[in-house]
Amino acid sequence: MYDGEYSDKVIDHFTNPRNVGEIENPSGVGTVGNAKCGDIMRIYLDIDENGIIRDCKFKTFGCGAAVASSSMATEMVKGKSVQEAMEITNKAVMEALDGLPVVKIHCSLLAEEAIHAALWDYAQKNGIVIEGLKEPKEDIND
Amino acid sequence: MKQMEKVYLDYAATAPLRKEALEAMMPYFIEDFGNPSSIHSMSRSPRAAVREARETIAKTLNADPSEIYFTSGGTESDNWALISTAQLMSQKGKGKHIIISTIEHHAIMETADYLVKQGYEVTKVGVDETGLVKMDELEKAIRPDTVLISIMTANNEVGTIEPVAEIGKLAHDHGILFHTDAVQAYGHMPIDVKAMNIDMLSVSGHKFGGPKGIGFLYVTKSVRLPPFMHGGEQENGRRAGTTNVPGIVGMAKAAEIAHRDLEKNMERMTGLRDHYIERIEKEIPYCKFNGHRTKRLPGNANFSFYFVEGESLLMNLGMKGVCISTGSACASGSLDPSHVLMAIGVPHEIAHGSIRVSLSEDTTLEQIDYAVDAIKSAVATMRSLSPLYDDFVKTHKEA
Repeated sequence: MYDGEYSDKVIDHFTNPRNVGEIENPSGVGTVGNAKCGDIMRIYLDIDENGIIRDCKFKTFGCGAAVASSSMATEMVKGKSVQEAMEITNKAVMEALDGLPVVKIHCSLLAEEAIHAALWDYAQKNGIVIEGLKEPKEDIND
Repeated sequence: MKQMEKVYLDYAATAPLRKEALEAMMPYFIEDFGNPSSIHSMSRSPRAAVREARETIAKTLNADPSEIYFTSGGTESDNWALISTAQLMSQKGKGKHIIISTIEHHAIMETADYLVKQGYEVTKVGVDETGLVKMDELEKAIRPDTVLISIMTANNEVGTIEPVAEIGKLAHDHGILFHTDAVQAYGHMPIDVKAMNIDMLSVSGHKFGGPKGIGFLYVTKSVRLPPFMHGGEQENGRRAGTTNVPGIVGMAKAAEIAHRDLEKNMERMTGLRDHYIERIEKEIPYCKFNGHRTKRLPGNANFSFYFVEGESLLMNLGMKGVCISTGSACASGSLDPSHVLMAIGVPHEIAHGSIRVSLSEDTTLEQIDYAVDAIKSAVATMRSLSPLYDDFVKTHKEA
């Protein structure tokens, strides 16, 4: 990517990423992406007994947009209910970042998928069904 | 680490114009602006300047001035050499087969792909893990209808210097023409077109302190390469278009200086490059050196850093004022990392974390040390974000 093609928000979230790290014994963890293609995103969720996301952390291997998208997504998810988190789409992440270059749109999609993958893990562990949630694709080792 | 304002280590992408070159160019913009193709007196001084520039450049290659054709740069020279040779030889009924390598610059790669669409046949010969063309594979690729071999003098990404003289000899032993893209090599290492068996050679001005938008193609006397640009009678009727007098003069001045100080610069840059390589290998764990240890451009160093991605590494380095380039796909918008890194067998996930530094004769030890410190810190930061690094550390603790 060329200098100047990223919005100030993207640069800010890349320079000072929020919620980097891991959660020990997370309620749910999801890893999406593919090292071969150059992006892997992992999101950890800590969800309380009322289904509210208390904490969210991430680790990302990828470009500036991938890091910024993960950082923004974790910010957006925190404090939300599981059902509300389901509504955080890649479009919402992108808008919150004041847009992404066209070739980087897939990074925001990856953030949406990572949240969904973590929620799926949470649902599996607790034997619950989250409306509208599908099983994530497992392709990180392709 | 005290922040330096800007450390530019991307000279293989482009270099600044040399002051002496700019000064040499200046008279030909306003005072001696005349068209060398005109008949009147205003054409005299620019015509003489172009003649002199052609002589200067010819001398640097052990060529004859009549063998130097000015073009708009490396890309045009490559296009011209490949397309016109292909057309000329197929018209003569000699064949339609061309051989290139798998690590050529896009200007050769894409032109070869274009020729395939036009009905020509192209074989891409592989390289070993250091980037050297496999000579046995090259020899096997030669067919009775092979008309041209085009292999670069030195690679732009990993800096490997190809055995050009040997390749040229092999081509000539089989009666095949040999072209080499010397865009990265010219002005940075000695080239003798006769000793190295070169029939055609592409050069770009801005890679060695000349201006952008100018270059040349060397074509040996015995080859009558048909024109690629049609129009006027410039360049002995082989390359039409109003002569770029300031560009030519500036490029020749830069070539003169580069060759005057060639040995001294090579020695100095090799020292700085090796210092960079040594420090990176000693101070940053889990990195892979790319290219050849000794058959390497003096100013090029390429490393892959495991568990991190190149574009984010570059963004982090950008904040520290360090300007370099990456072989990651994410930087270009395509899905695959650099074809050169793929060709030398760097796995996809590691190739994404590759960065190239390229030096100039003006690069200082202080700049190199600053860049190493910045890279060290950037790699550590990006690894602290990387789930791949997490997984690696965990599996190694368990083991």
